[in-house]
Amino acid sequence: MSNTRHVGLPRWLYLPAVLAGVFVVLPVASMATRISWADFPGLVTSEAALSALQLSLKTSAASTVLCLLLGVPLAVVLARSQAGWLGPLRSLVLLPLVLPPVVGGVALLSAFGRKGLLGQHLEAAGLQIAFSTIAVVIAQTFVSLPFLVVSLEGAVRTAGERYDVIAASLGARPTTVLRRVTLPLVLPGLASGAVLAFARSLGEFGATITFAGSLEGTTRTLPLLIYNLRVTDTDAAVAMSVVLVVVAIVVITMVRPRGAL
Amino acid sequence: MKRLISLGAVALLALPLAACGDDDDGGKDTLTVYAAASLTSTFEQLEKQFEKDHPDVDVKLDFDGSSSLVARITEGGGADVFASADTANMDKLVDADMADGDPVNFATNTLMIAVPPGNPAGIKGFNDLAKKGLNLVLCQPEVPCGSASQKLAEDVGVDLKPVSEYENVKQVLTAIEEGEADEGLVYVTDVTDAGDKVEGIAFDESDKAVNDYPIVAVDGGDSKLAQEWIDLVLGDGQKVLSEAGFGAPAS
Repeated sequence: MSNTRHVGLPRWLYLPAVLAGVFVVLPVASMATRISWADFPGLVTSEAALSALQLSLKTSAASTVLCLLLGVPLAVVLARSQAGWLGPLRSLVLLPLVLPPVVGGVALLSAFGRKGLLGQHLEAAGLQIAFSTIAVVIAQTFVSLPFLVVSLEGAVRTAGERYDVIAASLGARPTTVLRRVTLPLVLPGLASGAVLAFARSLGEFGATITFAGSLEGTTRTLPLLIYNLRVTDTDAAVAMSVVLVVVAIVVITMVRPRGAL
Repeated sequence: MKRLISLGAVALLALPLAACGDDDDGGKDTLTVYAAASLTSTFEQLEKQFEKDHPDVDVKLDFDGSSSLVARITEGGGADVFASADTANMDKLVDADMADGDPVNFATNTLMIAVPPGNPAGIKGFNDLAKKGLNLVLCQPEVPCGSASQKLAEDVGVDLKPVSEYENVKQVLTAIEEGEADEGLVYVTDVTDAGDKVEGIAFDESDKAVNDYPIVAVDGGDSKLAQEWIDLVLGDGQKVLSEAGFGAPAS
């Protein structure tokens, strides 16, 4: 697509474009000036820091898997199915994207809390979700799912139905078409959607503290730890923030070269 | 269509700016009070009284965990008065040279066990907090109610295993009100404040951790109005505080 003839950009466009870039990069880079380098290794390897980092990576990985399991079917259905009732669903799925995460946390409590719609039955069965690591994963999945669904749905639509139709006309069953044609064609979109979901999970704060609480080793992920440290130990908070930035950059560069983001 | 979208985007960007403009309150003086979360209902009452006595002043109250408030002031938050729920956090402000004058104690507070109405778990005293299978919620050790909880647990010799540690006392209370937690340690005043949404259980050991509440004017703020607020808290405010369950300040 990028090999078509080049059309010149209006020059004035560069000023706001550069401004936007600076606006994003400057605050993050400024954190470097607040790091106390001498204490840095000690701060990021403290027990609380390591346990939060480990918990964050584990829960984000788990919620990404959940997002894939739930989100891929949803995205394909939304992109391909003609059913009329899908219209409202399409908008509703975007809700967690627009809602403040705290509201997401309150909503999750109403569903899965001990007094919640489903939670009270789970509680009766001896299963408690609130205050557990599972609650963290649920909160992260809730806020991250739209990222995967939106980017994958877009990819499926863009890919079009041509190859699907050809495969079907050659006798492939719907499942085979999905597995051998549709999904392979949108693999870059799927990858970037998964990475976006992972990144969003990694940064999740509001829904987690509302729904899952905050306890070292169980529910206190990196953003929750940073929030705690900010009021008690600013140096440690900055150090942990830098760790999160580094993890985020690693995650972004993993997909960025594909140009799919 | 594209033009419509960009118009919408511009409108969205301009919205918060317009809201800022409305915030000016037509030249009224503003007194900004940062206060510990446990002071919420009492200070809200005092706000009404202060604004009645000073019609040209708009009091802005900001409640949060004391440590969080100190962090915001030292990072440049524009408070005129700071009321802390313990001396440790007030000392942080004084050490940062941000206090205008010496802090004065204006109340004391002790901890109480909070449980859902009817006390379904049958909690009777501090030792019951260590019962297995119950969801215990506490303040995190860095905030006053958390450090008081920790001190009590050590003094009594009970090993507390919370399911969650929150950054201010109101979050602890909320977890119990919502029924997610079975028990928690909050201030006596929070139990009074919550009405019939929670039940309080007093325990003998509570006098082992008494929090002093100091108040001070913040350096760089409106010192005249700040002093008038402090005078109100130390004067007429004492009645409001004692009605809410606060103890008299330790002399």
